[in-house]
Amino acid sequence: MLHLFSNVADGLLGRLGWDAFNHPLITWGGIIGMVGAVIIIVGLLTYFKKWGWLYRNWLTSLDPKKIGVMYLIVAAVMLLRGASDAVMMRGQQAMASGGGGYLDADTFQQVFTAHGTIMIFFAAMGFMFALINLIVPLQIGARDVAFPFLNSVSFWLFVAGAVLVNVSLAIGDFAATGWLAYPPLSGLEYSPGVGVDYWIWSIQIAGIGSLLSGINFFATIVKMRAPGMRLMKMPIFVWSVLGSMSLVMFAFPILTATLAMLSLDRLLGMHFFTSAMGGNPMMYVNLIWAWGHPEVYILVLPAFGIFSEVVATYSSKRLFGYTSMVLAIAAITVLSFLVWLHHFFTMGAGANVNAFFGIMTMIIAIPTGVKVFNWLFTMYRGRIRLTSPMLWFIGFVVTFSIGGATGVMLAVPAIDFQMHNSLFLVAHFHNMIIGGVLFGYFAGLTYWFPKIFGYKLNEFLGKIAFWFWLVGFILAFVPLYILGLMGATRRLDHYDASLGWQWLFIVAGVGVLFIMLGVGTQILQMIFSYFARRINRDTTGDAWGGRTLEWSTSSPAPVYNFAIIPDASHRDAWWWTKQHPELVKKPVYQDIELPRNTGAGIVIAGFTGLVGFALIWHIWWLAAIAAVGAIITIIVRTTNDDVEYTITAAEVAKIEASRSRA
Amino acid sequence: MPKLSKLQKRRIARLSAVALSVAALIIAGQLIGAGQFDVLDAQGTISAQQRNLLSFATILCILIVTPVFALTFIIVRTYRVDAKKPAVYTPDWDGNNRLEALWWGIPAIVILALSVVTWQSTHALDPFKAISSKQPPLDIQVIALQWKWLFIYPEQGIASVNYVQFPEDRPVRFTVTSDAPMNSFFIPQLGGQIYAMSGMKTQLNLQADHTGNFRGMSANLSGDGFADMDFTAQATSAKTFSIWADMASRQSPELNQTVYERLALPGVPQQPTQYKLTDGMLFDKVVNKYMSYDQKETETK
Repeated sequence: MLHLFSNVADGLLGRLGWDAFNHPLITWGGIIGMVGAVIIIVGLLTYFKKWGWLYRNWLTSLDPKKIGVMYLIVAAVMLLRGASDAVMMRGQQAMASGGGGYLDADTFQQVFTAHGTIMIFFAAMGFMFALINLIVPLQIGARDVAFPFLNSVSFWLFVAGAVLVNVSLAIGDFAATGWLAYPPLSGLEYSPGVGVDYWIWSIQIAGIGSLLSGINFFATIVKMRAPGMRLMKMPIFVWSVLGSMSLVMFAFPILTATLAMLSLDRLLGMHFFTSAMGGNPMMYVNLIWAWGHPEVYILVLPAFGIFSEVVATYSSKRLFGYTSMVLAIAAITVLSFLVWLHHFFTMGAGANVNAFFGIMTMIIAIPTGVKVFNWLFTMYRGRIRLTSPMLWFIGFVVTFSIGGATGVMLAVPAIDFQMHNSLFLVAHFHNMIIGGVLFGYFAGLTYWFPKIFGYKLNEFLGKIAFWFWLVGFILAFVPLYILGLMGATRRLDHYDASLGWQWLFIVAGVGVLFIMLGVGTQILQMIFSYFARRINRDTTGDAWGGRTLEWSTSSPAPVYNFAIIPDASHRDAWWWTKQHPELVKKPVYQDIELPRNTGAGIVIAGFTGLVGFALIWHIWWLAAIAAVGAIITIIVRTTNDDVEYTITAAEVAKIEASRSRA
Repeated sequence: MPKLSKLQKRRIARLSAVALSVAALIIAGQLIGAGQFDVLDAQGTISAQQRNLLSFATILCILIVTPVFALTFIIVRTYRVDAKKPAVYTPDWDGNNRLEALWWGIPAIVILALSVVTWQSTHALDPFKAISSKQPPLDIQVIALQWKWLFIYPEQGIASVNYVQFPEDRPVRFTVTSDAPMNSFFIPQLGGQIYAMSGMKTQLNLQADHTGNFRGMSANLSGDGFADMDFTAQATSAKTFSIWADMASRQSPELNQTVYERLALPGVPQQPTQYKLTDGMLFDKVVNKYMSYDQKETETK
């Protein structure tokens, strides 16, 4: 009888059993930390009776400014998770000369897989969508995004993916295949466990969220710009986001389809990417990079846009070469789809194919170089305020130029044959992702922080954080370049002591610790600035002498962004308005319609996350129920026509009056 | 001790920072100098050309990046709002066609030049291309296993695990496949690298210009024992090679299907071993195993 019961339970819970909790000690440390943090947050919310507030003001909100802040928080948490993975990795490699270290091969491989997956999909993408949500509607003079509810669904799908990644730490394990999980290693034969399935479903769900967001912001930028803002009047950040979102719309469906095929291989024993039975792993490698390379540009284009805003504002000067900048963004957008093969020259395509993709890759350096020179000449004959966003910019010029140079080297296939999968390559792409993407986002966050929260970040701590990051970055990645030249390949959990690599890994580890000091300083900066917010408050709405429309409204912006939709018929519309105060008319307020809050986004994403979890563990009944739940919620929500509320003209006038008094 | 002015203090701080950095650089330079740079220490025809290409590209990139750094530094210094000398300020100056043509044009020319080099070198150093030599290439078949390398010498009728020997100054044609997850077959000092994929044959043509022991490895993650997939590639004189091959074919255990299947099981061998090859078609069988449709399901249950 008992036996029968346990059989039924086995059937009910699919592959899920006690062995899912069989972890090494170090993982338990992570689990306890994670669960502890959740318990503390839940406890605090309960103690201060904040659940209702949280639900009404944040979780159900369709206001892109609030969704942006939530993106920011999730991305920050995931950044910390990814960074602690980095510390563990470098710690292992610093110790593992001649074997040893504190991680076994499988755990180490899970750690670097998680590091890559988390940093790209959850830290960088989250941070990017945070800034896009927070700033794009304001910069184009809009009150909202094109599809506010879809925006909420996107965000919560992103959260569901992030939750699945973190659940994998506690229940089961994560992929040990590298962040792009090449088959056949990621196939059923060599990875029969749940790790790869966690990888698939967490990024599949988050990826669908990203795709929906891409459509949403593309539509927003195309359809919702303020009157007068023709395409060539748009701020460069908006242009860069338009390029980035176009890439999302073209690239993410490839990811979705590729992951779907991989999961069919794994769930139903199909043979898209197996070595045998007519499958072809090389197809997977092509497909995943046909998404993966544009993904790099999806991330870096908005960073370019941010720097364009930051440099112009802090130089108090118009951006140099606007048309060149737009053309460069367009060129990068198109070219980024023609270079994916440079990630695997060594797969053995013919010389013609390799040479073509090598040359296409180098060509991208041209528009990128143009942008750098345009930024430099924006500063030329300007009045440069060396604020921390400008420091991030200068750090970016240095690191990104080095990364670009090593990128051009790697683009020569004959050189790549020596450098592929080496630590030289790892150093190169961190130059691009940290020096390019992350420095850009940090600059953007500091620059727009007063617009988002109403007060400025502490500059002193911001500058300290920058120097920690820069020094840490150099210490962490110069040794990797050197190691690459020594013939050190990536992803080694140990190496022969006679190679003499250890001291370089130790230096790299020290670099990571410096970066962590930078992160710590940034956290301190957030806390300190919050408590000093009375002093740092931005009462004007125009904290830095800004140029674009987001600075024309109050800080933080009211729920409707603009009481009167601004006129945007000039480039740098707000700067122009400030130059022509005589043309400002007395406002006449009208009723404003805004989307009502809804919990449907959370419910849909919750069900979707459950579908993912159930499919990972082969709990078929749960997958079916959750899928039906998600579909029903979508139907119920989309048939509801009463989704907006009105702020009357009188209320607007009242809010605006209190704002101008402040 | 006399009191120091603020300026003096700053100078001392700056000097000591410079001194510390120089000291650190010297120590690092010493340590780096003592290291073994496989990629730069080319011992083969292919790797030497790859290294020269790398040096060329590095110099070119330094020539481009340095002016950018200098320009950044000078502009920031000159146009800081708190600069000592007041500088020109033109808030509305937002473009200059000639300047922009310059920085669209110059990089375009550089990239054009580099493209020509790329096109030629990619063809010249194509891993599939036979190396021209008076001697015929030595054929070595390579199978990546979990987590070891099997080298098969079809002509000599021998095989070895995690050790490959060949004569210097003679082209070697490695034909590479995998009976495991994807790996990458890499001997940096002789020239890099080609993927080893099951059901596929790739090629890497290399030639050692000197005798010596060279480190070989897998450069692509392939599971638990991946970090242990090191092997030694030894280039010897032609005579030593033929003696070694002869010894191996007479004194080693047989490599037949049964022994191969045992060898292919996941695991890291303790030391290199030699075999006498009894099945000349072993390599092709391993490749074709993945090509037929009527084979047994390979998935583990």
